[in-house]
Amino acid sequence: MSVKTLTIDGVPIAIEEGTTVLEAARQNGVHIPTLCHLEGISDVGACRLCLVEINGSPKLQPACVTEVAEGMNIRTNTETLQDYRRTIVELLFAEGNHVCAVCVANGHCELQDLAIEVGMDHSRLPYRFPEREIDVSHDRFGIDHNRCVLCTRCVRVCDEIEGAHVWDVAYRGAALKVVTGLNQPWGAVDACTSCGKCVDACPTGAIFRKGSTVAEMERDRDRLEFIVNARKDHQWTR
Amino acid sequence: MPSAQVNNRDRAPSAGSKAGSKAGSNAHPSGDKRFKVLDITMKRNQHRQDALIEVLHKAQEIFGYLEEDVLLYVARQLKLPLSKVYGVATFYHLFSLKPSGAHTCVVCLGTACYVKGASSLLEALKNQVGIEPGETTDNGQMSVMTARCIGACGLAPAAVYDGKVMGNQTAESVLDNIKGWLD
Amino acid sequence: MDLNELLEIAEKERQRAASVRIRCCTAAGCASSGAEEIKDRLEQSIKDAGLDNTVEVCSVGCMKFCGRGPLVEIDIPGVLYQQVSGDQVEAIVDALKQNKAAESGATPLDREHPFFTLQQPIVLENSGKINPERIEEYIAVGGYQNLYHVIHDMSPDEVVDEVTRSGLRGRGGGGYPTGLKWATVAKMPEGQKYVICNADEGDPGAFMDRSVLESDPHRIIEGMAIAAYAIGANHGYIYVRAEYPLAIKRLETAIKQAKRLGLMGSQIFDSPFDFKIDIRVGAGAFVCGEETALMQSIEGGRGNPRPRPPYPAQSGLWHSPTLINNVETFANIPAIVREGADWFASIGTEKSKGTKVFALTGKIRNTGLIEVPMGIALREIVEKMGGGVPRGEVKAVQTGGPSGGCIPAHLFDTPVEYDSLIQLGTMMGSGGMIVMDTETSMVDVAQFYMEFCRGESCGKCIPCRAGTVQMYQMLTKILRGEATLIDLEQLERVCGMVKATSLCGLGQTAPNPVLSTLRYFREEYLELLKDSPKAQGVASR
Repeated sequence: MSVKTLTIDGVPIAIEEGTTVLEAARQNGVHIPTLCHLEGISDVGACRLCLVEINGSPKLQPACVTEVAEGMNIRTNTETLQDYRRTIVELLFAEGNHVCAVCVANGHCELQDLAIEVGMDHSRLPYRFPEREIDVSHDRFGIDHNRCVLCTRCVRVCDEIEGAHVWDVAYRGAALKVVTGLNQPWGAVDACTSCGKCVDACPTGAIFRKGSTVAEMERDRDRLEFIVNARKDHQWTR
Repeated sequence: MPSAQVNNRDRAPSAGSKAGSKAGSNAHPSGDKRFKVLDITMKRNQHRQDALIEVLHKAQEIFGYLEEDVLLYVARQLKLPLSKVYGVATFYHLFSLKPSGAHTCVVCLGTACYVKGASSLLEALKNQVGIEPGETTDNGQMSVMTARCIGACGLAPAAVYDGKVMGNQTAESVLDNIKGWLD
Repeated sequence: MDLNELLEIAEKERQRAASVRIRCCTAAGCASSGAEEIKDRLEQSIKDAGLDNTVEVCSVGCMKFCGRGPLVEIDIPGVLYQQVSGDQVEAIVDALKQNKAAESGATPLDREHPFFTLQQPIVLENSGKINPERIEEYIAVGGYQNLYHVIHDMSPDEVVDEVTRSGLRGRGGGGYPTGLKWATVAKMPEGQKYVICNADEGDPGAFMDRSVLESDPHRIIEGMAIAAYAIGANHGYIYVRAEYPLAIKRLETAIKQAKRLGLMGSQIFDSPFDFKIDIRVGAGAFVCGEETALMQSIEGGRGNPRPRPPYPAQSGLWHSPTLINNVETFANIPAIVREGADWFASIGTEKSKGTKVFALTGKIRNTGLIEVPMGIALREIVEKMGGGVPRGEVKAVQTGGPSGGCIPAHLFDTPVEYDSLIQLGTMMGSGGMIVMDTETSMVDVAQFYMEFCRGESCGKCIPCRAGTVQMYQMLTKILRGEATLIDLEQLERVCGMVKATSLCGLGQTAPNPVLSTLRYFREEYLELLKDSPKAQGVASR
């Protein structure tokens, strides 16, 4: 396997061919914010938070799906990028109904973390206050669409790791919504194995364990990576 | 695409009976012959999963809209997850999960039509029929819809009445063309 | 099938054709103003007059002057009638009987009008002349001979080279060099490859591709087959929008006929080259015009675009190398093969070769389809060909649909080519050209396009999904007179951000109509602001 040399934020690094820019940055201690990316499942490049500037490329490139190339000069945290990231987070907050103070994920929420990271304490764009549903028909879990950021991590984890494909995305544009089955109540969908992987994958408090109250929802993100790699590494305990 | 849904009920059994013997145990439990017509389309596509959109087109043509039962049947036959079928069916404008009226009037809102006053056609329809675009009258007689562009820009503004494209429309001609549809 | 058989069909067809032909445009534009009925009545009248031995009534594709349909043309003595009505039919036939076609009572169009004389048909060379539902007529004008020539006399590399040298650029809007695209797919290792014709013409106000498909479908098939031979593909798809039922029907007919004659299928022209085409019908999603979304849709999924790279040329349909070109691009191919790359490269400008088909619509006297050499000034098109606006003054021309922008009247001397249009903040687009007069509010137009993009966004990436909603709301606020200068700044900021960060072309270009109207018609925005900044002397920055 050949090695590529490149610079990230001025620091020269050497890394295996085929690595993504995101992976390369993380291995070298450079933090790039992400939301739709989750270790263990495929990348879709949808949240646009990990966009970086690459010399010679007229467009910003998503670090999660861009592979390293020889001589790349990557900047991950320019002022422009910071402003774009803040606006993306604002768009997310304005799009749903995110009230941290009463959320099960308060303190354990990736969206909240992002807001703090990009320095967003309020949205400059008007909040839209959409009317969205809550589905608690499942025995053990529930989904509050008000808190959903449509990252589709639940969709991918259920399809790619559990293999049940209970979740998918329906409608389009502003009406986009994750659905279970034929947009049925989650509890009525036979295909669901109640494995809870979607709960662990959800970055916000949208998919939650029943019975948890404000700020109680902690997730076991490592579990997913462990499951993905167990068979490959022949290590079934952690 | 507005299609003549009303007559399909009558046509379906004769076409369906040909494949009847072959459909075998997979046939829809309700015995509704229209499902057999759908079976023919799926068979023609070798039940390939990538034929989902073609199958949904056919289903909409046969049933007039994509009711839950139909989506369920298509998913089972093509061995696709329910949520995926639902996701595809709701992504495309031309698929409808609700029944449409016996008559449909589609007002084109393409740029050429827009610049030439398509919104006044819509306004006239709204006032006369009392429904918003995308809705159907309570008696199920008429649906009003809008189109992104039907490509008849040379004749802007244009509207489609039960599948028939008419150009150079005015508020008056629209009302004239839907005369009698509401009864 | 070999060349002799092909030439035989052509000869037979030329002999079969009656001495006088009455051509009726039955493309969608004229069809919606009653062309079929006119055609039937003409046929009946000709029969009744006992002329059916010498006169043939035939249905042809688009005759370009769509605003004046139904159009009927008699090739001897060469008259093109406009807005033919049923009661003029007998008079037309009577006049023809006495060989005085011009005095039939029906209104002839002036063929010497710049609308016609400034056109240079390549893509539309057969349009309105041949019956699109008969393969023999296409063969009679030289059709499929180019495919024969390519298969027997040229190597795939030579074909790619010919297209590269012609300077043809993608007619779908982006203007990517077609030869380069072909070369990339051709260089991929041998194996399954695909050719896709993008016929999902979604730009509102554009109907060029529809006209080509309805008027000369075999041309597309031949163009695709030549491409397939050049890149080493054996399977093609035409992705056509469901809103074009006539185009779908004619394509289906054309494919059936080509198969019947062995011009599609295995061992075409007794060579090892196999090629088949399947039609895929869209279901109403503008975003499916984006190539990665289009491929998702062919695969039976939601039309969600995915990040590029990998480009379709490397990993496209079912992960195989895939060539995607637009209808008009493929329609140029047979002519390039026939006349040669040098001939094609001699038309147009240095960086934009050949011709471009535009759908000229909106507030303009002569609406219809025009094919003009690249580099023609907008003024020629709007004022000479289009005859100007019916009332008042022309204000701007919109090109590029929801991804493009508005060009103000004072810049009408700009030549029409890819790069000059981009410099003006718009783009060639697929070819919609909508003329606006002084009555049209540009803020309103910007809002119209933003409403379009908001509704057509697939929703996958955040900037496009949520950004278009925010921009639409800001434009609405401005139109209601509730906005301030701060809102306008906010709007520009979000425009820039959505443009820079969106995943696919839809989002990346969605702010263009706003940005271009802000660039040329900023005062219209300022006049609508609540705090009337105009009075405070900040009208322009």
